[in-house]
Amino acid sequence: MLEKLKFGFYWAASCGGCEIAVLDINEKILDVLEIADIVFWPVAMDVKYKDVEAMPDGFMDVCFFNGAVRTEEQEDLANLLRRKAKILIAFGTCAHIGGIPGLANVADRREVFERAYLESPSTVNPTMIVPEVSVETEEGVLTLPKFYNTVKTLDQVVEVDYYIPGCPPPPTLIIEAVQAIAGGSLPPKGAVLAPPKSVCDECPRTREEKKIPAIRRIIDFEPDPEKCLLDQGIICMGPATRGGCGAMCLNANMPCTGCGGPCPEAIEQGSAMISALSTVLGLASEKEEGFDPEELMEQLKDPVGTFYKYGLPSSIVNRRVMKR
Amino acid sequence: MTEFEPRIVGFLCNWCSYAGADLAGVSRFQYPPNLRVIRVMCSGSVHPAYILEAFKDGADGVLVAGCHPPNDCHYISGNLKAQRRVALLKKLMLQLGLEPERLRLEWISAAEGEKFARVIREMVDDLKKLGPCPLRKIEISVTAESD
Repeated sequence: MLEKLKFGFYWAASCGGCEIAVLDINEKILDVLEIADIVFWPVAMDVKYKDVEAMPDGFMDVCFFNGAVRTEEQEDLANLLRRKAKILIAFGTCAHIGGIPGLANVADRREVFERAYLESPSTVNPTMIVPEVSVETEEGVLTLPKFYNTVKTLDQVVEVDYYIPGCPPPPTLIIEAVQAIAGGSLPPKGAVLAPPKSVCDECPRTREEKKIPAIRRIIDFEPDPEKCLLDQGIICMGPATRGGCGAMCLNANMPCTGCGGPCPEAIEQGSAMISALSTVLGLASEKEEGFDPEELMEQLKDPVGTFYKYGLPSSIVNRRVMKR
Repeated sequence: MTEFEPRIVGFLCNWCSYAGADLAGVSRFQYPPNLRVIRVMCSGSVHPAYILEAFKDGADGVLVAGCHPPNDCHYISGNLKAQRRVALLKKLMLQLGLEPERLRLEWISAAEGEKFARVIREMVDDLKKLGPCPLRKIEISVTAESD
């Protein structure tokens, strides 16, 4: 019998959803175990970091790395797993383009700590303790990994071989990736293992390409399930987002929020959507004297949270300017 | 120390604003040499990413100039698209800590050489007051410390 492949899984700055996504492939997980042994998976197995360090370089055939990189520990593990794995896959939106944790790039370390440990309504912290890198106690010095000001994607830290997009990656993409690994049919290095077309290509709704006079939100009304949400005034990131998800959210009458990342050849996902939205948004009064476009855009409360919900760390301006 | 000289990237549309800049030149209207001109077919073809890239690559200000609305645009409504994009980008810039005043949209026709020179003079003055684009400082700080 041929020797089994060795897989590793790791989570960095993520929610744990990508770990669940591995199990979303249901009974296909048995096929995975038929071709591969899992040698490292902190969420499910007790393997210590020192055990990974003891592995020879290139010991793992494939390491699926989910989550963005925001602490020293995550950066160390990214470097370690890069050495230990022949193929490193950025698994899920956070490792691919930054993900929801990447939205913290509108703040810095101090602001994140103040919000999380001091200001949030459910916090009781009378002694105002926030995490420190090292603290001296009676028992000795206690240390924590450094928390960085800026969230990074995996490929901003180490070289990445492949990307599997999605928050979390849809089961079909995971199965196809595993089959490609097992069958030795992986595309050239650096590829995103998802179809090249946008979410709109997979969306069953009909698009009339109407001008939209106002931006509406999903809580404002009940959208028509047959018609394009963008046509109905709801901001849907579909046109600027890579498909492969089967337009799952659209089928549930919810707009795409962009977790698939940019389409191939797009310079940047967020500005691609700003460009697309500016094309369809329009008022009759626009051509009149004294029209104020900023008033039109007032309807859009949070451009970063809308257009860069997942992609801020990988975008052109990857964080808010640091206050001095 | 020499005075701070802002770098401005100007996207000028082929049909109106570039001709306006040309007229400023042949008419010998004086304006400071802080502008790098990029001729585009239409102000509506300026992708928001070009503007963000310009700031990231060291521009202190960006000018997008096109034909007067409502009906001067060679492509019917490109200038209106540019107007919406710039308005959205300014909101985005505010969230990212960039002063929205660094981005300016102007309608300059082929007959408005004087206006072109005035706009550049005003921009240079405004940017001198604002100082260098903070993204330049980010580049420095990223190399200085790893976080």
